[in-house]
Amino acid sequence: MIVELAGGDSLIHRLDPRVKIVVVFLFSVVVAVSDRFVVLMWALALSLCIVLVARLPIKELIRRLIPVNMFIVFLWFFLPFTFEGEPLFSVGPLVGTHEGVLYAARISIKSNAIMVVLIVLVASTSILTLGHAMHELRVPKKIVHLFFFTYRYIHVIHREYLRLVNAMKARGFRPGTNMHTYKTYAYLVGMLLVRSSDRAERVRNAMLCRGFRGNLYSLSTFSMKREDVISLILMLALILALGVLEWTKMV
Amino acid sequence: MDENGLIINLEDICFGYPGRPTVLDKLNLLFYEGERMGLMGSNGSGKTTLFHIIMGLLKPSSGRIEIMGRPVKEEKDFREVRKKIGLLFQDADDQLFSPTVLEDVAFGPLNLGKSQDEAKTIARRTLESLGLAGFEDRITYKLSGGEKRLVSLATVLAMEPEVLLLDEPTTGLDEATEKRLIDILKGLDISYILVSHDMDFLKEATTGITCMSNGTIVLDDERIPHTHVHVHKHGRYVHDHGLSLPGKKR
Repeated sequence: MIVELAGGDSLIHRLDPRVKIVVVFLFSVVVAVSDRFVVLMWALALSLCIVLVARLPIKELIRRLIPVNMFIVFLWFFLPFTFEGEPLFSVGPLVGTHEGVLYAARISIKSNAIMVVLIVLVASTSILTLGHAMHELRVPKKIVHLFFFTYRYIHVIHREYLRLVNAMKARGFRPGTNMHTYKTYAYLVGMLLVRSSDRAERVRNAMLCRGFRGNLYSLSTFSMKREDVISLILMLALILALGVLEWTKMV
Repeated sequence: MDENGLIINLEDICFGYPGRPTVLDKLNLLFYEGERMGLMGSNGSGKTTLFHIIMGLLKPSSGRIEIMGRPVKEEKDFREVRKKIGLLFQDADDQLFSPTVLEDVAFGPLNLGKSQDEAKTIARRTLESLGLAGFEDRITYKLSGGEKRLVSLATVLAMEPEVLLLDEPTTGLDEATEKRLIDILKGLDISYILVSHDMDFLKEATTGITCMSNGTIVLDDERIPHTHVHVHKHGRYVHDHGLSLPGKKR
């Protein structure tokens, strides 16, 4: 379930959410297309500096990085052996290549650097503010609506899921590796889909009753303060520096 | 407004969901200004359907709907109806979709074209009048069942409707919250139709009880709520008191 970390108070928490979104977006794009290790290492260092400034609990940060790194572990199993190049080591008949290892390392650093800044963004801003900031940044209305509704109803659907699971347990259901289990889970997922769609219909009706004509209005207003402008310029300069480092092959 | 104060006039409304028996069968309903009508009927007797037809969420297969003296047929006619009639849904989670309470209550006024500041003022005032001051920044999904119900009522009242349709508002409420809801309803200067299975609640909150049966309203049989004291093992739970429908055995 979503646990918000928006509680803390630091420079990053106070920053205008629009600044944060723009910076995270540009940072992610530049890091994703970079290939040089020196750039990637600087990017990772920069993202860790941001974590320090935001004073996030490190434990929580690591916990949230685990799912991404599960994928990356799989990459390390396959990439070194499927890439053509200079042999580096061998496991039985399989030969790991130099290029393959480098490639896997690049992906690991890139995705961790990007995930860390994303986690800081989400952890230092309430979902609500994030949505409104997206709206202010002219993100299409429908995406912002989807974002809000997902946040609002994921809890309701989760509760419905728990209710169904409990009802199954109460009648002695124990999952195993058999047809009965698969069928039951299929029913569970199907039932959740049907219920969600019914729910969506009722929510729409309730909104129509209150005069909904396709517009959601935001009640919050944002204003850029001096520290927002300074942070924005600083971060843009650093991202630009990363970009220059990548494309001019300096250092 | 009709000169007689007739707000809702339904004539021969029929409605059925595909592949199932008719829900509403030539239903007639007259609802006047100042009325506080209780609506009873067994499960599946079409009470919710009736409300949805009045709000234009469902289209009757035949019949005429007149709201405040004007016939309504199209979606755009119903948009006007929805400004005057507020519907409180059975499940508060359907009604509260915004992340915070203030935003949800302000949603209706904003749709009516109010400015942000006006909408906020209306929302705050409505919350305060329901004893919900201080709830503005609460997260809607984290409210308790009773709080959700009262906040949903606030979202409807913020549109300043002339009529309220309440669909089983006491479901899932404890006694204290139910009492609070009764006090709120009694204090409102508004006409309403209230669907409930709870006799005690209807007796407190309405001036007359109408029954629905077989998809239509049992007209000749409006019941006047009365008090009587008795003791039996069912306590205060829903039970009928010689109010069963004519021709039905008790």
